[in-house]
Amino acid sequence: MNREIIGAIVSGLLFGAGLAVSGMADPIRVRGFLDILGSWDPTLVFVMGGAVLVMGLAWIVQGRMSEPLFRDQFSLPSKTDVDTPLIAGAILFGIGWGVAGLCPGPALIGLVLVPSSAVIFVLAMLAGMYIYQITMERK
Amino acid sequence: MLGFPDAMPLEGLVGGIMIGIASAIMLLGAGRIAGISGLLTRTAGMGSGGTPRKVAASFIVSLLVGALVVQLLSTGVVSRYPGAASLVVGGLLVGFGTRLGSGCTSGHGVCGMSRLSRRSLIATPVFIISGMITVAVMNFMGIGQ
Repeated sequence: MNREIIGAIVSGLLFGAGLAVSGMADPIRVRGFLDILGSWDPTLVFVMGGAVLVMGLAWIVQGRMSEPLFRDQFSLPSKTDVDTPLIAGAILFGIGWGVAGLCPGPALIGLVLVPSSAVIFVLAMLAGMYIYQITMERK
Repeated sequence: MLGFPDAMPLEGLVGGIMIGIASAIMLLGAGRIAGISGLLTRTAGMGSGGTPRKVAASFIVSLLVGALVVQLLSTGVVSRYPGAASLVVGGLLVGFGTRLGSGCTSGHGVCGMSRLSRRSLIATPVFIISGMITVAVMNFMGIGQ
């Protein structure tokens, strides 16, 4: 097994555990964050704040590295233009997030927490990704 | 938490720091963005270029194992799900939207915002406000309770 895969495994384990600890595996809590006109639940602010803080430091370290630890080069997004697909995609994603209280990470860990319900969302999400693939993907 | 009876600020912060360290391992170790919608796309054999499928699949499977470990070691992870109609509609929109918009809460919200990426600094508030309007409209119409 190459070192990049070991890195992905360690990252995935910690990411999944963090999501489960954070309260974000609960769609009602996530919808509580989005419910600013009702009984607002600020928990998500702490989750995103903690993660962004750590990653802010990681980006500073990354800027001083010529290559990652387990591979010979960085593969990072280079696009900078704010275009229509970005905005339209964010709006559609936000509507789906609000309807179900789920985004991709919490939905995936739902497969081990509440499999009978989460599998419906995950299959629909994969279908949505596939519809994009056959209708929008430039080939 | 004062004024917000349901909030879990400590659990949220601890979980958030764990997610941050996980994303940092992916960035500094594998040299890649820990964006879950993108890694799921690659795992499902969709998309072109980007993360090799084996690497993406290793991350996604480990994500489930990490959550399972917390579930087994704790008194149970609270996960209150909506009905099937909300799951189908929400899932379709999240799947299509994250591909069109090139990312979700992890890729744009955590990795991109902390990088001060212009695209992510725009996309994140857009999907949060879009979600807030959706919940407000659903509550007003009395659906999805």
